[in-house]
Amino acid sequence: MKKLMYVSVLALFLFACNSSSNNDNNNTADDTTTASTDQAADANANPSYDPNRGEGKFTHVDISPNLDKAKAEAGKKIYEVKCSACHKLTDERLVGPGWKGVTKRQTAEWIMNFVTNTDAMISKDPKAQAMLEICLVRMPNQNLSDEDARNVYEFMRENDGVK
Amino acid sequence: MKKNNYYLFTGIAACLLFTVLPSCKPKNTADAISGDAAQKVYVAPGKYDEFYDFVSGGFNGQMSVYGLPSGRLLKIIPIFSVFPENGYGYSEETKPMLNTSHGFVPWDDQHHLELSQTNGEIDGRWIFANGNNTPRIARIDLTTFKTAEILEIPNSAGNHSSPFITENTEYVVAGTRFAVPLDNDNGDVPLNTYRKNFNASISFVKVDKNSGNMSIAFQLKVPPVDFDLSHGGKGPSHDWFFFSCYNTEQANTLLEVNASQRDKDFILAVNWKKLEEYVAQGKGKKEPANYAHNVYDEKTHSATSTMEKEVLVVDSKDLKDICYFIPCPKSPHGCDVDPTGEYIVGSGKLAALIPVFSFEKIKKAIADKDFIGSYDGIPVIKYESALYGEVKKPGLGPLHTEFDGRGNAITTMFVSSEIVKWNIKSLKVIDRQPTFYSPGHLSIPGGDTRKPNGKYVIVYNKITKDRYLPTGPELAQAAQLFDISGDKMKLLLDFPTVGEPHYGQAVEASVIRDKSVKFFDINKNENPYVTKGEKEAKVVRNGNRIDVYITQIRSHFVPDNIEGIKMGDDVYWHVTNLEQDWDVPHGFAIKGAPTAELLVMPGETQTIKWNPEKPGIYPFYCTDFCSALHQEMQGYVRVSPQGSNVALTFSTGKNMPDSTSTPPLLEQ
Repeated sequence: MKKLMYVSVLALFLFACNSSSNNDNNNTADDTTTASTDQAADANANPSYDPNRGEGKFTHVDISPNLDKAKAEAGKKIYEVKCSACHKLTDERLVGPGWKGVTKRQTAEWIMNFVTNTDAMISKDPKAQAMLEICLVRMPNQNLSDEDARNVYEFMRENDGVK
Repeated sequence: MKKNNYYLFTGIAACLLFTVLPSCKPKNTADAISGDAAQKVYVAPGKYDEFYDFVSGGFNGQMSVYGLPSGRLLKIIPIFSVFPENGYGYSEETKPMLNTSHGFVPWDDQHHLELSQTNGEIDGRWIFANGNNTPRIARIDLTTFKTAEILEIPNSAGNHSSPFITENTEYVVAGTRFAVPLDNDNGDVPLNTYRKNFNASISFVKVDKNSGNMSIAFQLKVPPVDFDLSHGGKGPSHDWFFFSCYNTEQANTLLEVNASQRDKDFILAVNWKKLEEYVAQGKGKKEPANYAHNVYDEKTHSATSTMEKEVLVVDSKDLKDICYFIPCPKSPHGCDVDPTGEYIVGSGKLAALIPVFSFEKIKKAIADKDFIGSYDGIPVIKYESALYGEVKKPGLGPLHTEFDGRGNAITTMFVSSEIVKWNIKSLKVIDRQPTFYSPGHLSIPGGDTRKPNGKYVIVYNKITKDRYLPTGPELAQAAQLFDISGDKMKLLLDFPTVGEPHYGQAVEASVIRDKSVKFFDINKNENPYVTKGEKEAKVVRNGNRIDVYITQIRSHFVPDNIEGIKMGDDVYWHVTNLEQDWDVPHGFAIKGAPTAELLVMPGETQTIKWNPEKPGIYPFYCTDFCSALHQEMQGYVRVSPQGSNVALTFSTGKNMPDSTSTPPLLEQ
């Protein structure tokens, strides 16, 4: 009887191996949603997630005390096409929060990671998730380049009074 | 413990049963399925299929895209037919796509598809589609999965033997099913003067290597028979194109009987390379013509239609070494060239054998002038001199053949409802399997190219009968997927299809998948009516023309309150989707519009023209569920009588106070 049990356990084990290797073979899809969810699960378990920096490629952004006018001007143009539909420059919430004071609430790294790595951040970042509970519309990924993100950040600084 | 044992034994018994089943002789359709069929077609949730399958829609004028092996429908692409679901053929930007010399034609009959090739292999850039009824060829872009171009074919009727291509997509061909008086001839002639006044034509459409843009390079005038199907040569036969034809009796009535009189009709071999040289030398005549050439520009998101006024015509009678007829038994239909380019398979619809011709032998017969005579000025090669051999008793009603890349061919048998696998060299039948029912075309991924992927064959059946739950008198057509990797072909899956599929072409997903466009860059949108950001949204009056520059983003329109539209105005809604992310189209629908809705892709601008029917308030809204607040994505437009003095105003979010009364509040 015990022998039979062993055989059946072995059979189960073999079946499990088979099915997992089958999955691997079928796994040709490069599905970003799945990937980010997996990462989210990891991050929740990982205490090293830095909520001030968020997740994304920006680890440190050099900011000069004075405004870079050219960058801010370029950022304004991007704002008008890709952001202004949902964000006002005051503190009034439209679809998303108003931008007044945002550079004082969040770090440059957090903002730039959020606008370039939106889906992943919404899935895991506590502040982004808290904001989603208020706005109830996931911020769309507007496909900003790294440079776009930096310019928009400079425009946000201008909006917050940096000269 | 005892219970466990019981389950274990039952399990073993079940396994045994499954392993035994396939060796049983199939008695009915259920038995024809082997035990592992489900596993072979199962694609787990979230996983991609291994192949794209592009399937013609026949009388719906569309193309549908399936994933294989699952048979899941992924997309329907409108080509020759209007598509109210997304505004194709209704929006100002897409209306020109359906323009023809007959005006706007909202429908066609789409039979065959051909994926573009480089060096005889599928390159995944475009897929070509024929319009049968009002002769046209379309090119669909496989990065956007949209119809990019439609070219009308002059001097043609029933564009059936199309859109097959040469090995490097140098040319797409179009051959006439109906002989007719040509466009410049007087068409008002008695029908019984067919032999005198009717002509057939074969067009060679040049495809630009980089842009894919099509233009008719030359048109070959040929005897008035019915051209049916065609295929380009490969490798050694690269310079040639082969066209099957029937009705060599040149009947113009009761073809069912009158076009089935002769024991043999023909396959026409055309040396297109030499024809190209003759044309370059100035042979051929430029003739006046009138046909539409419609091109969709991905930058402006709009189509333009140009009427072409000339076509170069070459008469097959004038050039002695271009065209040769090869006798082929009993009204040939399919005309298929094997991957080596040496064997040409003709399929006589009414024949009980399959002739296989040898390109080597055809070349030799031409060199030796081994002709039995001529037909309407074209030499007819002696049947035996062109023939490699015949597949004897393959089944009844052979129609179409594709190749598995391992030296075998698979042919559909319409009358005996089966597919038959045979070896090209030995001409011996290897296997036959029933299909359900009456198969037309079949397709192996790359099965008409130099490099087939002999994993599956998909068979497109004409009759469905009892395969699915009954749905009244009309039933979905059935496609069937067979595993052909082993000696025996195994039926794996039935899947219903859209419209009436004729031909389909499948290709490894990796050839196309990663090139797919996810959204259009709003900064590169060159539509003259684009609104780049809400700041630019506006409503402009110019006489009785109103242009509404309106934007969409999750989840509101700008503007969403418009007043000052008057009866008699032509209102153009230029809708720009400001989203810049994958899979976020927005819809636009307005109450009572007798046209269609728009589905606007991220970064795209599309325009619908609207003539209000009477004064009043008309709501508009987004039809594509876009966010938790999708149901809030709406607006109002006010229409006043002609001559009214309501000013033109527009806004979003300017909460104007109710001018009549305060809104009711809940009692405390």
